[in-house]
Amino acid sequence: MTVADVGRVVEGTEDEPPRRPRRRSGWATGYLLLLPGLLWLVLFFAVPTIQLVATSLYDQAGSLDTGYAMTWSFGNYLDALSTYRQPFLRSLMYATVATVAALLLAYPLAYAIAFKAGRFKNLMLVLVIAPFFTSFLVRTLAWKSILSDNGFIVQTLQTIGILGPDGRLLATSVAVVTGLTYNFLPFMVLPLYASLEKIDPRLMEAGKDLYANGFTSFRKITLPLSMPGVVAGTLLTFIPSAGDYINSELLGTPQQYMIGNVIDNTFLVQLNYPIAAACSVILMIVIVIMVLVYVRRAGTEELV
Amino acid sequence: MSQDRTTLDALARMSQGRGLSRRGFLRGASLSALALSSGPLLAACGTEGAQQTTESCVSEDLSATEKRLHWSNWPLYIDQAKVKQNGEKVTVYPSLQQFQEESGIEVEYVTDVNDNAEFFGIVRNQLADCQSTGRDIFVLTDYMAARMVNLGWIQKLDRANLPNVEANLVENLRSPGWDKNRDYSVPWQSGLTGIAYNSKLTGEVRSFEELLTRSDLKGKVSLLSEMQDTMIFMLLLEGANPEDFTDDEFSAACERLQKAVDSGQIRAFTGNEYAQDLVKGNVVACEAWSGDVIQLQFDNPDIKFVAPEEGLSLWSDNMIVPNKATHKTNAEMLMNYYYQPEVAAQVAAWVNYICPVAGAQEAMTKIDPSLAENQLIFPGADLLANTYDFMSLDQKTEQKYQQQFAAVIGA
Repeated sequence: MTVADVGRVVEGTEDEPPRRPRRRSGWATGYLLLLPGLLWLVLFFAVPTIQLVATSLYDQAGSLDTGYAMTWSFGNYLDALSTYRQPFLRSLMYATVATVAALLLAYPLAYAIAFKAGRFKNLMLVLVIAPFFTSFLVRTLAWKSILSDNGFIVQTLQTIGILGPDGRLLATSVAVVTGLTYNFLPFMVLPLYASLEKIDPRLMEAGKDLYANGFTSFRKITLPLSMPGVVAGTLLTFIPSAGDYINSELLGTPQQYMIGNVIDNTFLVQLNYPIAAACSVILMIVIVIMVLVYVRRAGTEELV
Repeated sequence: MSQDRTTLDALARMSQGRGLSRRGFLRGASLSALALSSGPLLAACGTEGAQQTTESCVSEDLSATEKRLHWSNWPLYIDQAKVKQNGEKVTVYPSLQQFQEESGIEVEYVTDVNDNAEFFGIVRNQLADCQSTGRDIFVLTDYMAARMVNLGWIQKLDRANLPNVEANLVENLRSPGWDKNRDYSVPWQSGLTGIAYNSKLTGEVRSFEELLTRSDLKGKVSLLSEMQDTMIFMLLLEGANPEDFTDDEFSAACERLQKAVDSGQIRAFTGNEYAQDLVKGNVVACEAWSGDVIQLQFDNPDIKFVAPEEGLSLWSDNMIVPNKATHKTNAEMLMNYYYQPEVAAQVAAWVNYICPVAGAQEAMTKIDPSLAENQLIFPGADLLANTYDFMSLDQKTEQKYQQQFAAVIGA
């Protein structure tokens, strides 16, 4: 126990009962080490969260000029759910589709970087991260140009008949999901790469020795061993996508609005603070539940 | 660690100081957080009213001793020039520099207003508590300025310090519904909301009626996402008066809009970004602000601005002095300075919105005669005859209408 050892050096001179000095001092040091992080969390996470939960229970009859009374209005949650059921479901659906798409794109890519890239490995990794050198907003706006009605992609799709003559990509769900997939792809690639790269190639050789073909050894060796990466990647993609509101704002229309847009609108424009807060709390709870179920199912609890 | 160990158990272990496992600690911590957040603490929450009065929130004016001023404005909303300083290109604001030289007041000019609603979110907590926002002048659009005035967050201006405003403010901006005597606000720039279309891609679009129903425009039309902007025209289409309408009329106007949304006629509700879509051809006709259209026309003469048959909406962005701003007299000096026709023309020549200063048109002929004749910068009487303003709303009603409008444009 390294923590205890450090503690002993620091507090070794204290007059302790002789039988358990190591444990006691280690305990204090552990807490001291936790203190800065804890204080930070209390100040910037716990307090705002409590405030948010409180706001979600205010009386909706209040308004900015008269103030809001705390009336434990749990009905706000029902209101929020019934009014904004669609954006809620839409957010979860978009986020799911974007996560699956990102996984399908990222897995081969990460695999190639980990096992096949050779001396280009570092270069490819840099290229994966390169989009972060420009701002999220600018990258999303660029998609607006790429997908525009008179752009190359739409015209090609129209020529080969996938899109009708009046068909469009921009201002549709496709554009929003595309944007989400693109923006969060690196969060999928990096953890996948990290866990693939750790796999000992001798395991694959052993598989071959035991007459496993390529597919079987992938299914029985590579995939299970890369599961931590898959889980981490999907979480890192799903959670921010579900709460994102930039992609639907810029690439979609109000008919594609996700719950993030609703929260933005109820908070800033409608000034309906209780409902905005209730939506935020519901989103947090839903995500936490989904993540817990997912992590249990994926059987990689050690990750979290 | 076994799954079924109770949290209490973990807490007990912690308190005894015996080996602290990570999970045990997390459990304990989340439990204590829950305990913290429960009952009494939440019940003590609730907010006080944000309404202020001249008695409840008294501001001090330090202008006599502090020759400073903090001005929050929208981006690209003042004349700019690029000059070389120490080999580096920097942006300067010529009219503002001149003011600083003349008055000796140092102006901190910050372009941090990007969106009315967002800016409201930024300063809301301070102003509701009667605290300083660190800013002496905001520039906000009518409805937002009105909301702040109604909440008692804005200081009353001293007319004696504003002789140029008194003399030169154009007639039709002198008494908006929300500030009848311009006691609290001075227009910075004004603009018209109307229709813009791309004449390369479609024939003339004359009215909102056409915008909402013409089949060749289907899916190629955008409207503005600010409720007041768009609903003025929907109300006019209903035959209602946007300056004085009933709840029923508003609902009927929302239904009309809903039909256009459901039929797929309307592609999007946008903020400023309609300009990009119009140029790219993603939309061919849209609701638009006059100043944007002039700037688009410089590069793209096919873009046309139309005064819709239903009428136009005339709005302004207003300079207001928030509570606890400590340089009100300095702020008034600045407002007064910008109401000199020559200075106003200098700004208008750059920003291309409607200039609220009478006499600036003559001054403009010296700067750029073509701009002086531009109807969208100096609109003639016939254009202004048919303009409307949105009814001034109280907090509750505004909230209700915003919610109704959001339901139409959203899910």
